[in-house]
Amino acid sequence: MKKSMLILILLATIGVFAQDDIKKDTLKTVNVQADIKGIKKSISGTLNTTLVTSRELLKAACCNLAESFETNPSIDVNFSDALTGTKQIKMLGLTSPYILFTEENIPSIRGASQAYGLSFTPGTWVHSIQINKGAGSVINGYESISGQINTELIKPIKDIPFFLNAYGASDSRFELNTHFNHKISDYWATSLFVHGNTRILKNDMNSDNFLDNPLGKQVNIVNRWQYSNSDTGWVTFINLRYLNDEKQTGELDFDPNRDKFTTNSWGSEINSERFDFSSKVGYVFKDMPFQSIGFQNAISNHNQHSYFGLNQYNIKQQSYYSNLIFNSIINNTMHKFATGLNFTYDKYSEYVNLLDVSRIDNSLGAFFEYTYDDSDKFSYILGGRFDYHNRLGAFFTPRLHLKYNLWENSVLRLSIGRGKRAANIYAENQQLFASSRLFSVLDTNGKVYGLNPEIAWNYGVSFTQNFNLFGKSADVTVDLYRTDFQNQAVVDVMNSPQSVLFYNLKGKSYANSLQIDFNLEIIKHFNLRTAYKYYDISTDYISGTFQRPLQSKHRFFTNIEFATHIKDGGKQWKFDYTFNWLGKQQLPNTRTNPIANQFPEFSPSFVVMNVQVTKTFSSTFEMYLGGENIGNYRQGKAILGSENPFGTNFDTSIVYAPIFGQMYYAGLRFKIK
Amino acid sequence: MRIRNISTVRFLDAGSKKLFLTLLLFLGALFVSAQEKKNKNVKYEFEVRGNCEQCQKRIQKAAFTIVGVKSAVWDMESHTMTVIINEEKCVLLDVKKAIAKIGHDNDEVKASDEVYENLNNCCKYVRD
Repeated sequence: MKKSMLILILLATIGVFAQDDIKKDTLKTVNVQADIKGIKKSISGTLNTTLVTSRELLKAACCNLAESFETNPSIDVNFSDALTGTKQIKMLGLTSPYILFTEENIPSIRGASQAYGLSFTPGTWVHSIQINKGAGSVINGYESISGQINTELIKPIKDIPFFLNAYGASDSRFELNTHFNHKISDYWATSLFVHGNTRILKNDMNSDNFLDNPLGKQVNIVNRWQYSNSDTGWVTFINLRYLNDEKQTGELDFDPNRDKFTTNSWGSEINSERFDFSSKVGYVFKDMPFQSIGFQNAISNHNQHSYFGLNQYNIKQQSYYSNLIFNSIINNTMHKFATGLNFTYDKYSEYVNLLDVSRIDNSLGAFFEYTYDDSDKFSYILGGRFDYHNRLGAFFTPRLHLKYNLWENSVLRLSIGRGKRAANIYAENQQLFASSRLFSVLDTNGKVYGLNPEIAWNYGVSFTQNFNLFGKSADVTVDLYRTDFQNQAVVDVMNSPQSVLFYNLKGKSYANSLQIDFNLEIIKHFNLRTAYKYYDISTDYISGTFQRPLQSKHRFFTNIEFATHIKDGGKQWKFDYTFNWLGKQQLPNTRTNPIANQFPEFSPSFVVMNVQVTKTFSSTFEMYLGGENIGNYRQGKAILGSENPFGTNFDTSIVYAPIFGQMYYAGLRFKIK
Repeated sequence: MRIRNISTVRFLDAGSKKLFLTLLLFLGALFVSAQEKKNKNVKYEFEVRGNCEQCQKRIQKAAFTIVGVKSAVWDMESHTMTVIINEEKCVLLDVKKAIAKIGHDNDEVKASDEVYENLNNCCKYVRD
């Protein structure tokens, strides 16, 4: 801790020195810039989409994709568990497997990468994020149930020659991001992004003899090539990416070389290596800007080796994805359509201890999506796709989205859609390996680990009204969504603290969510964002009907941002404050454990606050200083049975609040334009 | 034209009939695509007077009432209307007339005073 603070201070001083040098060189230019909002909600689009711009991503530490949602009320970011240190996100109260993640419209976080995938995209690479609530488009597949999140990375043609970001935090996590860009010709440009992060010190703030967050190191490199010729209408992207991520956690004195697979002390290592190649070719027809054709291909190789105490889990996924899409109009641009084909191939080599659950999945599908826009008030998107999947069978996926501007500055949206997916029960729930729970799949007749595919319908209504309050712009949004599971791969931790059961849903399972947003621009550069969220996520388990564990029924969110006017040379201060109140959460059943190793039925409610201050010295240099969980709220007991990790009451998976306590960080960003 | 061709087909045996029909279809398709290049997607830019977002919607909507207008975008800043039309189905003047008819003067056709006066206050652009 002391050591890391020292490094932090060192980092800050370097920044200050650098500032002096830069001051001398900076040309005095005045930039006139309109206020660009960090989060944009359009009232003209048919889908309920929130656009998160890169400006928003600068408001928090945003080391990676998971953390970039901290200032966004539509997404709930969970607390990183002691084991993986990665944060999981939820949308409409459902965990990330029910969200379709795409990176530049190519499905990205799925299968083997489900658990840690969000930490595999560094925040500085991101140009923007589109969050779509509800069923979403059929173009990218049939798997999305609660929503779709698409990430756009910085485009080589619009990139700056050099970018550097250094970050250090009091939890001894350090990051370095360097971006290089080179314009080869008028049409070709290439970018090289190199990311490295590490956590070097063992932290145990709650003195349970276990690390609060894992030691780790990650190297992540992407090389992107873009060709864009507006004269001919051809666009091409080529991406090459390599990732190596290593984590180690467990007891403080655990030494992998000495203690691995022994009961000397409990420890865990999770090593992932990933290689990605993707290409895109697009053509916009000459004289017909409304007609285009696109062809995307992606191959990836994801390899995770891990053990959790005596539990071993290894998964390797080799994938090929291909998508051909044709966009055009019928008569005029009021009637648009998109049609095409997808092909997916996944070869999984998956081993749970001695159990071999390797398999090959493939699917072929065709989609058609029609968009009507009366170019005034009313629009709708009607989409359908037909897929054949070797495990899910042949099935149809319909989706409908409607938009109507009832009166001025208002929008009413409706959506309905079906989603279907094969739950990767081990990959998605691997945090449970770090417990003494016994894994049992109760069904044997299904084709997905013995289970049937998950099928759900999602229905949504959303209303937004923009208005002026005392001459200041304000808006209110009410979102009401329901997800109804026809079948679900139920993950049951309500039965016994010594087991996790997987079985097909018998009875009802649904997720209702209500979100009320109120946003106000108090004065220029001073914005307030508030949200209240209500979740009713109920599942019929074998032992009864319960709310989904580790989910608050009530949540309240506030974000306040303030920025000074931009002065000569781009000098500016920015302040950001985020407040999260979480109501009580249903906890997994621990009633049958000895009293010392029990949790109450519900967690207490608590508050988590984050702050950040950014000082922009010029348009090319800025520094930021921030704190997470500054109220220092901590979960009292983080690990059950920590005194006897090879006993029957050991469980690290029940994390309802921050474990680490307050954390402070500082960083700098430097650009050459 | 196609009907006349088919009647001549009667005098041919079944095998050549098929071949003839296929050829005909092929030529037909070629003919259609050749025409497409000629005048199915012609882009025009012209000035349309207006002020606000409401004007934008009204102007674009009016353009779409003309069969053959494929794309219509009015830029609020520059007052430039960009249309892509199928000249087999309409001429540019039709579009301009339709826009004037709902109250927006353009480079060729002026709106009647009556319609102009009925526009919302915010939409009453400055006339020449």
